[in-house]
Amino acid sequence: MIRSVRRTRRMLRLAGAGAAALISLSACSSSSDDSSAGGSDTSGSGSPKLSGSVTVFAAASLKESFTTLGKEFEKQHPGTEVSFNFGGSDTLAASITSGAPADVFAAASPRTMAIVTDRKNTVGTPATFVRNQLEIATLPGNPGKVSSLKDLTKAGLKVVLCDKTVPCGAAAQKALDAGRLKLTPVSYEQDVKSALTKVELKEADAAVVYKTDVKAAGDKVQGVEFPESAKAINDYPIARLKNAGNAPAAKAFIALVRSAEGRRVLGEAGFLEP
Amino acid sequence: MTSLGKPGTVARPRTGGPRRRRARGVPLPLLVPGVVALAFLLLPLLALLVRAPWGSLPDQLTSAEVWQALQLSLVTATAATGVSLVLGVPLAWLLARTDFPGRRLVRALVTLPLVLPPVVGGVALLLALGRNGVVGQWLDAWFGITLPFTTAGVVIAEAFVAMPFLVISVEGTLRAADPRYEEAATTLGASRFTAFRRVTLPLIAPGVAAGAVLAWARALGEFGATITFAGNFPGRTQTMPLAVYLALQNDPEAAISLSLVLLAVSIAVLAGLRDRWMTGA
Repeated sequence: MIRSVRRTRRMLRLAGAGAAALISLSACSSSSDDSSAGGSDTSGSGSPKLSGSVTVFAAASLKESFTTLGKEFEKQHPGTEVSFNFGGSDTLAASITSGAPADVFAAASPRTMAIVTDRKNTVGTPATFVRNQLEIATLPGNPGKVSSLKDLTKAGLKVVLCDKTVPCGAAAQKALDAGRLKLTPVSYEQDVKSALTKVELKEADAAVVYKTDVKAAGDKVQGVEFPESAKAINDYPIARLKNAGNAPAAKAFIALVRSAEGRRVLGEAGFLEP
Repeated sequence: MTSLGKPGTVARPRTGGPRRRRARGVPLPLLVPGVVALAFLLLPLLALLVRAPWGSLPDQLTSAEVWQALQLSLVTATAATGVSLVLGVPLAWLLARTDFPGRRLVRALVTLPLVLPPVVGGVALLLALGRNGVVGQWLDAWFGITLPFTTAGVVIAEAFVAMPFLVISVEGTLRAADPRYEEAATTLGASRFTAFRRVTLPLIAPGVAAGAVLAWARALGEFGATITFAGNFPGRTQTMPLAVYLALQNDPEAAISLSLVLLAVSIAVLAGLRDRWMTGA
């Protein structure tokens, strides 16, 4: 069930413009909740007790771990509600700069966070809370006998990469450059999940994705680590947004993400410590 | 429709009195929503034109990657239209002229790709024709043919989403066409196929042309099924809509320019076809 929901979401994201419209629509609807919640918060007793809803825009790769942390947050602070908007960091950044009201933004790359900070939409400097490393995803059992990044350049092996315009593609290119390798994939996919899907459906023999994606895919793919990935580690920054409707709750949520508990959950998903 | 869409041109007394009277007779409850609809359809396109980075447009136009994508788009959309014509017209004829059990159901199924989100269509194509697909694994094992990540795969994805437009359009025309011409031909000794070829086809040619243009336009703009089934590789499977989407990720201005190129080409082709084929349609 959860799987199918996730897949539908993924489909929506792929749908590009349509999805962007949907995202901004959902952002709008949560914004009205938000402002009313913020209002009741300030008119409340003034105690440190948190209430109302907090809206978090987060990179798609954070979906599993942030959903867990959101439930944890609601448990720790009864009366609060965390609503998430997961998507491509670029799309999220674009909707934030064009006015979509959110309290917290967690991006998959400093470049996408910079889009938001450049417009002065954040409070303070964004903090790196996790890092993500690349890994090769192969078919279960690794029939292509892939053991290094160089093996991906073998003839006859169908490899998919992310497009250079998205963070995972840029990172893959960096790793290939570090190993002085030239790789011609069969396709440059539009995001990391579609690259992974091609391997899950056995259409491609291997894909260069994140460790967290390999972990999330379970036994549908097999992960192969490669040393060049150390040269292309992605930092994930998190920041509170300026027009946050619920600043105290936003602060508390970021604190939870960066706490020992947050690191444990993110570590289990395959993220590296900052 | 034109009298609603362009009240200005209709009001101009081109052919004298009767026209003018018709323009005055346009009821307001039709005129107002009609004009709103026109504005609604044109406004986003106008916004594209207004915000287009005209300065960098020449650079975009001369970039090899854009030409490659544009060329691939035109070739694959035309090929997909060809496939749709060859297979779709006979299907439309079967649906309109024969009676078999479950015909209504088949007709509904034909329109399914219209409502299916194209990305889901792409996944469905992978499951059917992919290397590991229901049919695709035999194509791979027997003939060594794998369709995903190939230009042929792009044509298939585009034909999958575009063919229903053609089938529906041709079937509608067939139903409107008088079957007595065919019957007359067969009573005069023509076989049913000859009657179709010599009588029906010329009769429904405008409908076929209209359907083909619709299908071509749909194929040209196809994104979801293409990127899912055929992937994205410059020169092989990266059509214009894919290039536009990926440019949108980090350079929205480039995406706008690319869209304008696609828009200009499709308007030129459609306008050209309209004059040549579709007069009197």
